[in-house]
Amino acid sequence: MKLLVCISKTPETTAKVAFKDNGTMYDTAGVTFMLNPYDEWYALVRALELKEKSGGTVTVINVGTTEDDVMIRKALAIGADDAVRVDAAPRDAYFTASQIAAFARDKNFDLIFTGKETIDYNGSMVGGMIAEMLDLPFISYVSHLEMENGITVVTRDIEGGVEISEVNLPMVCSAAKGLAEQRIPNMRGIMTSKTKPLSIIKRVEVSPMIQDVRYTLPPQKSAVHMLQPDQMDELVRLLREEAKVI
Amino acid sequence: MVIVLTEQQNGRFKNATLTAVTVGTQVARALGTQCIALVPGKANDPASLGEYGAAKVIHMDAQSLENVDSKVYTAVISDVAKREKAGLVIVSHTSTGRQLLGRLAVRFRGGFASGVSKVLVEGGKMSITRSAFSGKAIENYVLSGETVVISLLPNASPALKTGTPCPVEKLDIPIPAASVKVREVKRTEGRVPLPEANIVVSAGRGLKDPSNWGIIESLAGALGASIACSRPVADSGWRPHHEHVGQTGLAIRPNLYIAIGISGAIQHLAGVNNSKVIVVINKDPEAPFFKAADYGVCADLFEVVPKLTEALRKAHA
Repeated sequence: MKLLVCISKTPETTAKVAFKDNGTMYDTAGVTFMLNPYDEWYALVRALELKEKSGGTVTVINVGTTEDDVMIRKALAIGADDAVRVDAAPRDAYFTASQIAAFARDKNFDLIFTGKETIDYNGSMVGGMIAEMLDLPFISYVSHLEMENGITVVTRDIEGGVEISEVNLPMVCSAAKGLAEQRIPNMRGIMTSKTKPLSIIKRVEVSPMIQDVRYTLPPQKSAVHMLQPDQMDELVRLLREEAKVI
Repeated sequence: MVIVLTEQQNGRFKNATLTAVTVGTQVARALGTQCIALVPGKANDPASLGEYGAAKVIHMDAQSLENVDSKVYTAVISDVAKREKAGLVIVSHTSTGRQLLGRLAVRFRGGFASGVSKVLVEGGKMSITRSAFSGKAIENYVLSGETVVISLLPNASPALKTGTPCPVEKLDIPIPAASVKVREVKRTEGRVPLPEANIVVSAGRGLKDPSNWGIIESLAGALGASIACSRPVADSGWRPHHEHVGQTGLAIRPNLYIAIGISGAIQHLAGVNNSKVIVVINKDPEAPFFKAADYGVCADLFEVVPKLTEALRKAHA
């Protein structure tokens, strides 16, 4: 099987969120980045498990700048065979998806994975976009994926339950919790990652669909109203009359 | 035109859909146009969507639309959008919307936005508000293009009855072959699914043992709430994973979130800090959750929770 995993970098969960240039740009000063957890823990690891079971190759692809190479090496250390970086600063989901689709179009990948979303912009767009650009089936928020006699059985999370489907490959799916368990790269993985191929390719010219984004910080919450354990009647009154939520 | 894709559960239109029709109608009026509700599959009373402002319902009663196949739905929605010269297509930010939004954006080659909380129309231009960085930032931008598409949060706005039942047009167009075969849909019966719940009661490690879960059930019962849990509780198997809210679990935004025995690590807050009102019950005065709370009780949860349940029952009586 030929597997492609789309990986993105995101600020660490605990990174401060601030914006510069009049609220138009995320301020990366002092921010540490990591691999987007949905890409790393679930998409990449499930791809590796499929390869270990039935053979094949796992390629990771990233749209980013040289700063991203350390993240790409980590994906190689976890077990990907080779990596591709489209040399471009991502603009919007359409731009990113266009780059990945342009690369994947003539490569005959059986499965293309993305994470269900990146934990910074939370867009959840790229997977569906790649699927449309390549005219492939797409399943979002996949929590299980098995091969049964040549049929791919995919479980996706829906409100209050799951939907289980059969899909013919090739397909695109976005990975959610449950699909796999996080793997920590071992020393051998880290050593070999340095010599695994990382190709840097040129971007295709695409205009982003979204421009002039402005960011603001949410209004500060007013101080918490503390109550004593014997004031539960008062809490119920406050929820009903002040907050009006019950 | 503004076109809203509708969704149903148990033979009724979802609240998310009634909200989407309400918002779609408001936006359509501001743009000087109308809102059309697109109903795929069987439906009981599609004309009732007119009460929420739809000028017309397009009903496509086809068996092949009972499941949300992203290729099939994208073809059908873009066909309808073309016929009706849609300027805006709205899907709900639900499992259905997630299957479709990316595809539709590529199909329309216009502006897009996911998880939208507000749409503003100024001088004929549409701009959106959405949350980013797991609730730690607010994003605004103008949607440009002939046809733009958004997924709207299920609780973006209250559903408002402002009109009367509207005409229903049956549409019978060729539907492409399925790309996916749905084998089974499994739903946990009983409570309102977490992403749609108005009130959520959630508990963490402070509960000490799964056998203590009864007090949480009682509180949820008194409130008509759905139940959630923190990651350690799901990871240790006390509760099923689909109840886990937080960064790696579900992100929810109910009107009321009651966190019991959860310290409020940043990863947990990322999944719940868009809730309208947060109540925190925790015996540790240093628990970071108090900083994100509207109301707090710093005491032993085994004392507080039964008292709160009792107070609620008294208030209902």
